[in-house]
Amino acid sequence: MTRTWQNPLRDPRDKRLPVIAGPCGLVIFGVTGDLSRKKLMPAIYDLANRGLLPPGFSLVGFARRDWADEDFGQVVYEAVKEHARTPFRQEVWDQLAEGCRFVQGAFDDDQAFDNLVTTIEDLDKVRGTSGNHAFYLSIPPAAFPTVVKQLARTGLAAPTPNQWRRVVIEKPFGHDLTSAKQLNKIVNEVFPEESVFRIDHYLGKETVQNILALRFANQLFEPIWNANYVDHVQITMAEDIGLGGRAGYYDGIGAARDVIQNHLLQLLALVAMEEPVSFDPKAVRAEKVKILTATKPVGPFAETTARGQYTGGWQGGQKVPGLLQEGGFAKDSITETFAAIELGVDTRRWAGVPFYLRTGKRLGRRVTELAVVFKRAPHLPFDDTSTEELGQNALVFRVQPDEGVTMRFGSKVPGSTMEVRDVNMDFSYGHSFTESSPEAYERLILDMLLGEPSLFPTNDEVELSWEILDPILKAWTQSGRPEPYLAGTWGPSSADRMLSRTGRHWRRP
Amino acid sequence: MIIDLPATTTSQVNSKLVHLREQGGVNTIGRVLTLVIVTDDSEKTEDVIDAANHASREHPCRVIVVARGAKKAAPRLDAQIRVGGDAGASEVVVLRLYGPLATEGASCVVPLLLPDAPIVAWWPFEAPASPEQDPIGQLATRRITDAASERNPIKALEARAKAYAPGDTDLAWTRLTLWRALLSAALDLPPHEKVTAATVSGESDSPSADLLAAWLAARLRVPVKRLKAKSGQGIVSVVLERRSGPIEINRPDGAVGSLSQPGQPERRVALGRRPVRDCIAEELRRLDPDEIYELGLKALGKIDRGRGPVASRKPAAARKKDKAEATS
Repeated sequence: MTRTWQNPLRDPRDKRLPVIAGPCGLVIFGVTGDLSRKKLMPAIYDLANRGLLPPGFSLVGFARRDWADEDFGQVVYEAVKEHARTPFRQEVWDQLAEGCRFVQGAFDDDQAFDNLVTTIEDLDKVRGTSGNHAFYLSIPPAAFPTVVKQLARTGLAAPTPNQWRRVVIEKPFGHDLTSAKQLNKIVNEVFPEESVFRIDHYLGKETVQNILALRFANQLFEPIWNANYVDHVQITMAEDIGLGGRAGYYDGIGAARDVIQNHLLQLLALVAMEEPVSFDPKAVRAEKVKILTATKPVGPFAETTARGQYTGGWQGGQKVPGLLQEGGFAKDSITETFAAIELGVDTRRWAGVPFYLRTGKRLGRRVTELAVVFKRAPHLPFDDTSTEELGQNALVFRVQPDEGVTMRFGSKVPGSTMEVRDVNMDFSYGHSFTESSPEAYERLILDMLLGEPSLFPTNDEVELSWEILDPILKAWTQSGRPEPYLAGTWGPSSADRMLSRTGRHWRRP
Repeated sequence: MIIDLPATTTSQVNSKLVHLREQGGVNTIGRVLTLVIVTDDSEKTEDVIDAANHASREHPCRVIVVARGAKKAAPRLDAQIRVGGDAGASEVVVLRLYGPLATEGASCVVPLLLPDAPIVAWWPFEAPASPEQDPIGQLATRRITDAASERNPIKALEARAKAYAPGDTDLAWTRLTLWRALLSAALDLPPHEKVTAATVSGESDSPSADLLAAWLAARLRVPVKRLKAKSGQGIVSVVLERRSGPIEINRPDGAVGSLSQPGQPERRVALGRRPVRDCIAEELRRLDPDEIYELGLKALGKIDRGRGPVASRKPAAARKKDKAEATS
């Protein structure tokens, strides 16, 4: 019956009309954390400000602090004031503040969860959230089982018909295949897979979604998007910050698990996948799963991978400590802060094209980009000297910062001689454009409230990513210490060697 | 940076623009459209340019302002180029036209249009009777008018309905988006019952209220009453009648609304009147014809216009007479 109901006010031609989430509320566990203050709360305000949250939307914080609702409201207020993207408007804030609640307690505290139930039931009555609630687990994975079990025990995980309950989890999704499966099992025991939303905030970024638009909406690129023309692909996510203060999370995890397993492999899937039959979430996911299934690490790992650990030095005009000097890390920690790997995609389209993935902390600058480097022209009708400065053509997606696309090709240098040199053609979203394009978390939270799953990796994708990464991680545990590199450089020398052995080199992003 | 070019020609303006780009690489970012603003030579033009600059942060564009000055003066073109901090993410070219030139704006605009990019024309104040027939309107793929800022908003809206051509749009429609979104979302929820009647009340000269009523009439195929509110700005309330009870949105103060629905607690929603810059940014987001706007315009005649404020209903006999007149 409900399926045949057609809202007479909606019309597919009416493109202005935003889709507003139905009545619902969001419960954040670990609400005192950094992520919650810097990203989640501001994103919720920005959504409210854009009129995309339902009237009566409610936000419940759950943490150990001894706060009243007002104290929590104040914390949200400050987070919004400081970090929100859109201008502060009192009337928007007032509506949001009315729906702020706080529940105090530890995760193993039955009473606290019973209080949460009362709070939620009360919100259904007072704010009209209609029993639709999402639970955002912004907490260490070790605490997942406890919280999920509590949600099951109190019946919060089980919606009655016409209601929904969803759970949102953040990376890391395990630390290897076995633990990822275990984690999925724990969560899936309580929440069915379609109610689980795994956040990979990279997928919420405009530029990442633009990869699919650029590839599949244009005639220009897809014909050369294969091993006949592409020489190799480089995916880089570099950060200039160190790991001070993050030892608890990072020590023993390392760069490959932290970044490659999720963000970089998702980027790889988007750039390498076949055209989905439609943009239906299922169709897109099917293609991603296919490409991840075909992706294999290339050995021997001693030559095709690199891992490093930053040492102290000068960076950006400041003296910075090495990893081993950062507080909280063991003096003999072998956690890698730089990881580079080579992958192959065993499909007709990509056979023989290496995909190089690298990530690291305390590198030259903060940048994420994805470069498709093309083969040289098979024949150059110029003499050698005129093409000395000609490199390989490249198409670069700049994911952050300075979002945009760069095309690199050869062009004649003005003058009486024929001389060809590399030039860049730039498409940029523009500095100002970024101000107005929504934050990744805004998009993802809205999609989750709408129950729209396309931008969230599935269980399968997570497990496949671990299958790709596990052999490399295993080899690394048997190969001693990571190679040291100086803070502010582009990683250890082994990273350069892994490309130069086939006559290639890393782009300097 | 603001550069004045008094008594100039468009080719000089063009070469100055190229020169600026070569010299400083100022704003070489790709522009996605040309926005032509047609206005007069008055002070309010600055507010309009401000709004366009704001919108340009979302849609990098070249803004050409055609400011028509005194017609009785000698023919003369004064230009002003603004780039960098003075122009948001856009480059603004202000063309002041005097004398016989004042009516020949299109000829000055053509040389400055970006190659192969869509053109949007915007009349922030008085619009021509038929935007599509206007020489500048003919250049544009999208024509934005603002009935609310005209001398007689209701008449202006009727004129729009008569002269509608695909690509026309009006800010009175843009101001409705939040209302329409709320109403649609309210109907998304169970019980999925048919709406039997609707009422929109607001200021008597609010073209947005008229359009909202017309849109509801067209979509819901029910009689929609348009009432004059005793107080409040713009749209003041909307009621959708259903068997289980009405869905009601009230906005007495022009900023915060309350939404009530049977079986749900009353909820407050931020429903502030949208500034022009937000509206123009929304308009630039879509460059294809807005068929739903057309649908609304065409349904303006279907609105049942009650007489007088809600409280002072006429006696039944008088109402019967009104009805007879309406049908005749």
